[in-house]
Amino acid sequence: MITYEWLYALAGAAFAGWALLSLREQRWGNAAFWGLLAASFFAGSHLSDFANGVLVLALVAIAGFGGVRRSNPPTTSPEQRAAHAARLGNRLFAPALVVPVTAVAGTLLYNYTPLGGTGLLEARRETLILFGLGVVAALAGAMVWLRAPLLAPAQEGRRLIDSIGWAAILPQMLAALGAVFAIAGVGEIIGALAGAIIPEGSVLLTVVVFAAGMAAFTMIMGNAFAAFPVMAAAIGIPLLVEAYGGNPAVIGAVGMLAGFCGTVLTPMAANFNIVPAALLELQDQNAVIRQQVGTAVPLWVCNVVIIYLGAFVLWN
Amino acid sequence: MNAWPLAGIAIVVLGFALRFNPLLVVVSAALVTGVLAGLDPIAVVEALGKAFNDNRYISVTWIILPVIGLLERYGLQQRARGLIEGMRGATMGRLLVAYLAFRQITSALGMKDIGGHPQAVRPLVAPMAEAAAVKTHGDLPDKARDEVKAMAAATDNVGLFFGEDIFFAIASILLIQGVFEAAGYPLTPLQLSVWAIPSALCAFAIHGGRILAFDRRLGSARP
Repeated sequence: MITYEWLYALAGAAFAGWALLSLREQRWGNAAFWGLLAASFFAGSHLSDFANGVLVLALVAIAGFGGVRRSNPPTTSPEQRAAHAARLGNRLFAPALVVPVTAVAGTLLYNYTPLGGTGLLEARRETLILFGLGVVAALAGAMVWLRAPLLAPAQEGRRLIDSIGWAAILPQMLAALGAVFAIAGVGEIIGALAGAIIPEGSVLLTVVVFAAGMAAFTMIMGNAFAAFPVMAAAIGIPLLVEAYGGNPAVIGAVGMLAGFCGTVLTPMAANFNIVPAALLELQDQNAVIRQQVGTAVPLWVCNVVIIYLGAFVLWN
Repeated sequence: MNAWPLAGIAIVVLGFALRFNPLLVVVSAALVTGVLAGLDPIAVVEALGKAFNDNRYISVTWIILPVIGLLERYGLQQRARGLIEGMRGATMGRLLVAYLAFRQITSALGMKDIGGHPQAVRPLVAPMAEAAAVKTHGDLPDKARDEVKAMAAATDNVGLFFGEDIFFAIASILLIQGVFEAAGYPLTPLQLSVWAIPSALCAFAIHGGRILAFDRRLGSARP
């Protein structure tokens, strides 16, 4: 059975390759950072929690003191790229499409045909595993087709990962912060505070506080999934559903979407907001968030109106 | 109630505002929050290490970079621009509105892995949007180019977030279902996912309108 451990070995190999190439150029900070990450992927499952924790602190120390920098691996010039593009044409898109198609079509095939009964892939992990298989297939196909130098994928990958830099592990680190917040009971405290500021008897104001709490707590945690159970337990279920008799399906579904309005407003949702700014090499780290403010704010108002109308006015 | 663990949130907000390295901010917040909640510092480091390790699947997706980088080496971005330049009537506004619709519809059908920043926005959508903007408005200053690219990324996010919940077998719908079921309100995923449709339509109208307004503004900014 193919499990996440296989993917971790694959990712470990990629990061180890980038560490070795950095080492060769005497980029010590980058080499240490990607090397530690490779160690986490290869050995993380066998290390103690404390050893993993020390590894995290070491990664943060390297990044925090500016140890991870951009690099200039050998690549083609813009003129060469234009010439290649003219020669290869739209076929260039094919390998890029192999990965999502493998992930999506593979997941559908695996779940809706007898293929799923074979137990080939780890249960409920099939999409990411198929994504990994798609990457391997696309890379192998592209290498054969383009006859690229053997080290080209590693060098080109390093060009991109070094331009992303420390932001590459920010989403994973934020997930870890969420876990620590959960252990420390931050959710319960926020829920109690939000519950305490509810005005008595006004359905509309309660809807507003619920939706604002979802958005604000999502901005803090970077993830609506962390906010939802807390706000549902503090306001959504006891007040909106039980005290005011609202439609639970609307309150749940649209409450989550009010949280998503917060997701696009916060640097804490790093993989959606900060990582793309790095990937697109934008000057302003918050450029993507700036473009989203004008959508998220009116959309949040729409969600309040939808909850109010759908769960109360039209429901009763 | 001990409200001290909230200090971690204050550290996050301040740290981001003062532009400290976000990794430093996040780990400091985690350590402070754990200790203020009464945990032993060693236990906090252990909790951090365990959670980081359990979430490695998030960073696995970077294995796509060698594929994207290799294709860029052979002119993927140039080809994406060329495709737009050869298309009559292609404007940045129309392109991104079409991508917004595509992203919302495919996400609503459960195909949320078809887009995304490393695999679609950087190599394809952003260069296409930039090429279309330059085609209509002439050469643009770097600041305007950055805004176009950021709008391409924003469009991917909005399309994903306000499309994916229409698909009933997605993690957020299952989470809502689980929370309400635990409270004694059994709901089916389909009952929930139909209620994502009104917000999806609003998202399309609002963000689509903003994209077109942005395109017009780029045009009027030219002499």
